[in-house]
Amino acid sequence: MNNSDISMSLANPHPANYNTLQKIGLAVIALGVLSLALAWVGIGSHQALLLLLSTLLGLGIGGLIFFYGTYGHLPEGIKNNRAFFSSISSRGALGWMLGIVLTGFYVSLYFFPEYMSGLTNMFEPLSQALRGTPSSQWFVYGTFYTVAVLVMGIKFIMKYRHSRYQVLRTISVSFFQLIFAWLLPAIMVRLYNYEPYLTYFWPLDYDAIFPSNIKYILSNGRLGQFVVVWGLVLTFIGTPVLTYFFGKRWYCSWVCGCGGLAETAGDPFRHLSDKSLRAWKIERVLIHSILGIILIMTALLLVDSAAKGGLLGESAGKSMAKTYGFLIGSIFAGVIGTGFYPILGNRAWCRFGCPMAAYLGIIQRFKSRFRITTNGGQCISCGNCSTYCEMGIDVRWYAQRGQNIVRSSCVGCGVCSAVCPRGVLKLENGPENANRTGIQLDNQGLIPLEAVKILD
Amino acid sequence: MHYVIIGNGITGITAARTIRKNSDHDITVISGETDHFFSRTALMYIYMGHMRYKDTKPYEDWFWQKNKIALKRAWVEQIDSDNKSLRLSDDSTITYDKLLIASGSVPNKYGWPGQDLDGVQGLYSYQDLEMLEKNTANGIERAVIVGGGLIGIELAEMLHSRHYSVTLLVRESKYWNNVLPDQESDMISRHFMEHGFDLRLGSELKEILDDGQGKVRGVITASGEEIPCQLVGLTAGVSPNIGWLAGSGIATQRGILVDHHQRTNVEDIYAAGDCAQFHQALPDRRPVEQVWYTGKIQGENAAMNMLGRQQAYAPGYWFNSAKFLDIEYQTYGMVMPQLREGEQDFYWEDKGGKKCIHLVYRASDRLFIGINTFGIRMRHTVFNKWLKDRQTVDHVLQYIAAAAFDPEFFTNFQPDFLEAWNNAHPSYAVKPAKKKNLLQLIFNN
Repeated sequence: MNNSDISMSLANPHPANYNTLQKIGLAVIALGVLSLALAWVGIGSHQALLLLLSTLLGLGIGGLIFFYGTYGHLPEGIKNNRAFFSSISSRGALGWMLGIVLTGFYVSLYFFPEYMSGLTNMFEPLSQALRGTPSSQWFVYGTFYTVAVLVMGIKFIMKYRHSRYQVLRTISVSFFQLIFAWLLPAIMVRLYNYEPYLTYFWPLDYDAIFPSNIKYILSNGRLGQFVVVWGLVLTFIGTPVLTYFFGKRWYCSWVCGCGGLAETAGDPFRHLSDKSLRAWKIERVLIHSILGIILIMTALLLVDSAAKGGLLGESAGKSMAKTYGFLIGSIFAGVIGTGFYPILGNRAWCRFGCPMAAYLGIIQRFKSRFRITTNGGQCISCGNCSTYCEMGIDVRWYAQRGQNIVRSSCVGCGVCSAVCPRGVLKLENGPENANRTGIQLDNQGLIPLEAVKILD
Repeated sequence: MHYVIIGNGITGITAARTIRKNSDHDITVISGETDHFFSRTALMYIYMGHMRYKDTKPYEDWFWQKNKIALKRAWVEQIDSDNKSLRLSDDSTITYDKLLIASGSVPNKYGWPGQDLDGVQGLYSYQDLEMLEKNTANGIERAVIVGGGLIGIELAEMLHSRHYSVTLLVRESKYWNNVLPDQESDMISRHFMEHGFDLRLGSELKEILDDGQGKVRGVITASGEEIPCQLVGLTAGVSPNIGWLAGSGIATQRGILVDHHQRTNVEDIYAAGDCAQFHQALPDRRPVEQVWYTGKIQGENAAMNMLGRQQAYAPGYWFNSAKFLDIEYQTYGMVMPQLREGEQDFYWEDKGGKKCIHLVYRASDRLFIGINTFGIRMRHTVFNKWLKDRQTVDHVLQYIAAAAFDPEFFTNFQPDFLEAWNNAHPSYAVKPAKKKNLLQLIFNN
């Protein structure tokens, strides 16, 4: 059965379905897109500030007007109508176009920054005002990234406003992106000529403990010392302890910048993740291999440094790190991870590639109090939970047999619980007993009464 | 041994998997509806664009071959129990050693004039969904839905998601009033209005009007009002799908008559799920049960008995759940639409009017009998234990926090709820459990 729009029209073939607010929002967004396009091709470079304002405000304010028009008038509740019909969110023509534009942007960003000079120029006034340094493609990227998280975060809150878990979580990721990934580094670079990213540490920040990098950070005095210690404490103490108590969600869906973009701008694509067993197999091999590569590479470089370059020689160590940076840092995390949102879903990097997620996941799977509890026999196997799991976990497979979900990949976004129509799923940090992963139903699909120890 | 199962819904598939887990017998599942098992309860989400058909399949397509469960796509036309063979719609025959009938339900039609017109349909099967796509392919102005049950509201929600206007004709004076007490009916009715549904309570269908070309153009209600529409949804309940069994020698009444071992009157033929009717209903259970989990339990029960393990149907304490647009509903134990003799109740509704708790207990010894919650999730395990332990309503209230299942950070319903209870019953006042401090909240101790 084909439910999708069969019309080749790129515009909505049912314009009456857009209300006035949405139309106003789209018009303002179009102004933003126009300014962006003008700046990119280098027109109006003498009016950088004006173009910058109309770009950011057009996209930001226009987006907010559009989304308010979309969700504002509706009663609180789950809003997934037409997710699989809309061209942009169901790998239709608009979805592919968006994917190609995003991918092109990332390719240009990483490999051909000179093609972005128009944009870099447009951000010059802001960069000078905020950071006191010339603009660069990374400042352009960071600012767009932050605006995307904030605007789409507000949209996400409008959409899920009935769920305080979702609202608080979204405020948290947006806060960490705005303050720790954008504003604080900018202030630091102005004051100390060095920009630390305090929510970004090894192994996600893969070269954080490479000897050459540590040497560079330490060259920044007290601040540098603090950053090195902070990173080591979070990697080796903070991460295991927090993950033991809360699961990997404390990072992946409450703090992390990659997670922040996935949860906000990526939300319209979460149902596109592959739920098949085959995908799970690929996931396990890929993500753990990347963690392994990082571990080995870091260990080699540290040993090499201790041996004063006797092991690898300077150039081998450098080229190894460079290869990783190119393949994993740029191609996987950036081009595929984000560029392919409309094709692979919003967590392709987090699920298949991120070494931090692998590290957190191992702790979550084997030594954590976090689980998704299922609710007795209430599951009707409808599949909303699996469909809307951005990590491609077949949640239903567990829920229908009454088994708690303890999976290394779960980022604890809580959307499975939100979309469940029967109140079956609850994210919990509970006692770490033998039954954390146990099946709670007997053969007949009933609760074995002797197993209920909650009140004893 | 060849185990043949008619029907690939939750009952038939649960039976097939149970037989496979416990034996190496040949298993064939026959269905005319779809190639693979899908979740019927998710049909609405396909139409609304929340899921695709493939997302409603609980098992990937390779699962069946891997577990050596043969799937046959055909309708069964005749059962020949003397020769233990079935005649299928593709004119082939298939023989069985043991047979399970799990053929589900069909939507009720009450002989309304015009009920077979184009654009008049029920909503139960995959074919019904396809028909709905066809009937709305060119857009409609208004649909009239007849019947005040769960499927009716699902159909209304589906059509609403595509921006079609919906009129609901409900015979009862309140929505789903043969199941829900008045207060809950009223809350749900208000929610329908909030979504812009045209809800007509105490209103019956008299006739469906023909546009002259065999298509529906409107309905006339019992009060004589004509409502123009291009689609009529008949959702006045479902009945066991047994019409095709005529002449088979299998005893039926409303459904296929079975004992508590799912056995029919014919040797080696069993029936389970929506299509089955127990000779004798269990206490607090109906003879024909048409919910997801009873289909699951009966499917397993049938499989075990077919394998020669004697076990009787024992579904445990009644529970159920549903979702009305944005409001979730759960029930544990027995909350009847009207209190039974000796019962007392307590109803609390949140200020926002979208959450409520309805408790029923026995006046004489304060035995807890049942609870309805709307907009609040409760733990099945905990209520099951309280019912089994025959706890008092006072115990339930005292420890209600242990049953709370709402997501983290949700507004805690307990203070308002218990305050209302205490105001109404000063002599049975409950001291709310001590508030957790911040550390306990964080670490959930």
